[in-house]
Amino acid sequence: MDKTSLIEKLKIQIIESLTLEDVKPEDIDSEAPLFVEGLGLDSIDALELILLLEKRYGVKIIDPKTRREALQSVSSMADCILKKQKTGAAECRTTTDDTPPENKDMHGKA
Amino acid sequence: MKVFITGMGIITAIGAGADETLSALKSGRSGIGGIRRFDTVHRHIPVGEVKQSNEELCDLLKLPTVGRYYSRTALLGLMAARQAMRSSHSVTPVRRVALVNATTTGGMDYHEMHYRKLSSDDIHAQEMELLDCAGGTHLIAETLGITDNVTTVSTACSSSANAILTGVRMIRNGLADKVLAGGSDAITRFTLNGFNTLEILSPTGCRPFDAHRNGLTLGEGAAYVVLEPEKTALPDDVLCVVSGYANVSEAYHQTSSSPDGKGAAMVIRQALSVAALSPDDIDCIHAHGTGTQVNDLSEGRAVETVFRNQIPPLSSAKGCIGHTLAAAGSAGAVVSVLSLGEQLLFPNTGFNHPMPELSFQPNTLLRKATVNHVLSNSFGFGGSNTSLIFSRY
Amino acid sequence: MHAYITSIGLISPQETAGNRFSFDLTYENAPLLRCIEPDYKQLIPPLQLRRMSRILKMGLGAAQICLKNTENLQPDAILVGTGLACINELETFMLSMLENGEQGLSSIPFINSSHNTVAAQISRMLHNHGYNSTYCHRGASFESALTDALMLLNEKNAEHVLLGGIDEYSKQYHLMLQKLGHAAVGGEGAAFFLLSRVPAGKVFARVTAVRTCYKPAADFIDTFLSAHHLHNDDIDTVLCGVNGNMQDDRIYDHPAERIFRRDTQWASYKHLCGEYTTSGSFALALAACSLLDGRFPASCILRNPRRPQRILIYNHYHRLNYSLTVVETVR
Repeated sequence: MDKTSLIEKLKIQIIESLTLEDVKPEDIDSEAPLFVEGLGLDSIDALELILLLEKRYGVKIIDPKTRREALQSVSSMADCILKKQKTGAAECRTTTDDTPPENKDMHGKA
Repeated sequence: MKVFITGMGIITAIGAGADETLSALKSGRSGIGGIRRFDTVHRHIPVGEVKQSNEELCDLLKLPTVGRYYSRTALLGLMAARQAMRSSHSVTPVRRVALVNATTTGGMDYHEMHYRKLSSDDIHAQEMELLDCAGGTHLIAETLGITDNVTTVSTACSSSANAILTGVRMIRNGLADKVLAGGSDAITRFTLNGFNTLEILSPTGCRPFDAHRNGLTLGEGAAYVVLEPEKTALPDDVLCVVSGYANVSEAYHQTSSSPDGKGAAMVIRQALSVAALSPDDIDCIHAHGTGTQVNDLSEGRAVETVFRNQIPPLSSAKGCIGHTLAAAGSAGAVVSVLSLGEQLLFPNTGFNHPMPELSFQPNTLLRKATVNHVLSNSFGFGGSNTSLIFSRY
Repeated sequence: MHAYITSIGLISPQETAGNRFSFDLTYENAPLLRCIEPDYKQLIPPLQLRRMSRILKMGLGAAQICLKNTENLQPDAILVGTGLACINELETFMLSMLENGEQGLSSIPFINSSHNTVAAQISRMLHNHGYNSTYCHRGASFESALTDALMLLNEKNAEHVLLGGIDEYSKQYHLMLQKLGHAAVGGEGAAFFLLSRVPAGKVFARVTAVRTCYKPAADFIDTFLSAHHLHNDDIDTVLCGVNGNMQDDRIYDHPAERIFRRDTQWASYKHLCGEYTTSGSFALALAACSLLDGRFPASCILRNPRRPQRILIYNHYHRLNYSLTVVETVR
């Protein structure tokens, strides 16, 4: 699948998994930041998007920095998926950071 | 009107009763280990389990078991509640005794293990009694003979702090002459999986206020205090005064606290104002300190905001007992009472590296000190923030 | 201790317009009464709405209806009583956990299953930093929250408290009730009140006493009345929780025969909202509106119709949680 059609597919899946009822795929700018500005998503949405990548595309991202990069925009999500399809790596890593992934929590309360 | 704590009971991963708890806190012994009580794919995640099995708890409580069903949360609750009531004697027989219980899981531990049975035709009336938050409260009320104002608070991880706060106010408003207040939660697969989806469970055991903290560790247990006004409390029973309390809503995020600790600072200040104390009167802080990135930073910043450059010794007991959810606030109350009674500061287990964002680090040594006023914090999902202040009498 | 009811927001199985009950209350002969829900998009900010479960929408919707009638006054405290809280989200998360072998679970049903979700989300919607608490004690949940509200007003720690009682129908729970012989018409609802320390604006009624009991002694109504310096003939109306289940309804025979005068008006309400753990909140809304209107809707009156002045709401849930609430006219 080329990047353009992957992006279109992703937009539909994002709308569905985040129940963005009043948003249409064409309302989402592929390059615009997903969080705070743009769609105004938060950390709970981030977990849902990580789950979407995992379940639909088999892309598992643990490293927080890689996650931040992958969830920049719809376009970067697509890049991450394409990269995984090309290399077949189980985990999408853009850095060579070997330190154990810190538990990047955004929901410290509890 | 002064409201005293005249009795207390506790059961957690570090032991049952005030004495066992005290000796564990003194030695810094941790109760955190592997999951033994139920089956899960998340075996590698450490937790703070209470050592006794449900059968052993029934035995200790002398509860009939044939044809009867109990949730673990209820059994743990009854263990600690009974200890608390037994340790408080009162001057005369008290007429109006109230029970303010707290739980977040209710009968979940039973529910998840017998889910299929509950939807079958074999369901027993008493099993249904276990389902909600009230089931465990009813068991405690029934066993201890309490009928007036029997209720349950559920405000996530601040639940039992709010139960104590409500109990104190019931006495002050003349609704009760004696209140048993506290909370109970067993570890369940539900909560383990729930917190796991939020990616905030520590893979190694929690390290409150450490630079390398990597999440919280679930614990289980129950803790209760007996609250009484001056007129009925037996002087020998008086353990401390509940001098300050406050509850505010941070209204920031569904699960997260604000990075600047605005809500936490607000609730600490309000509790100080109710107690008519200034920040420098506080001798030590029993922190919420869950060991998550967000909580410890937010709470740490709030403490800096309120106490500025005179930050009292601070420690969290979660490094050795885990986060007992609805029981965390009342367990904090028991630890605070022990601190006041023994004139001791307890160490914060699991700490090694100071957080670069904070100007202070938690207390890591067991030491003697003059302890007149202890601040105890509890913060929960939905921005439910509660602070209590316990003072020497 | 007392509180003035200065606004009501109701989402129930009955048609309501704003904060007014319509008087042609429709009697529905159904095994189950479900809420008639408003268009939530008119009441709740869209970004908050999207992740909301049904009970959250009902709670925030009813809270908004209640506050709209007060020109969006910011309450000093928010209190919610909910017997089963977010039971459907709890069920969703548990089923998904059991069926997916604890893998790949969404966090949203877990977050939304927290019992204090409704109260916490109202505070977020209103940017309210006041006192916030949730009582989950089955049939005594709403009355426990009401007790706390009365304490807050009595302490002068609050001028206005937003108080709600809310529960949602759960299929699973309803089936269990039926299997165990708790047969009654199931119901649900969200009733929110603005309780004020002093009368201001439109005042529906005044709550003067509330009490909850677990398996109480036989004389608990007498004890309650005398504790509040009330005589049995000070109560002109008893609004009771009869639900059509013979064993449950027998409880109300004793006070009818032994405690209250023969000419006391008796009214009922569960044919309008069904049986649920916080039906007491619907009863309080009905009592408050009936005091304002000077009469109960015809379908509610069991005997001795008269103009209500002081109502005792007497309800119990499965003969375990009992509650008594006194609400009276302010004129």
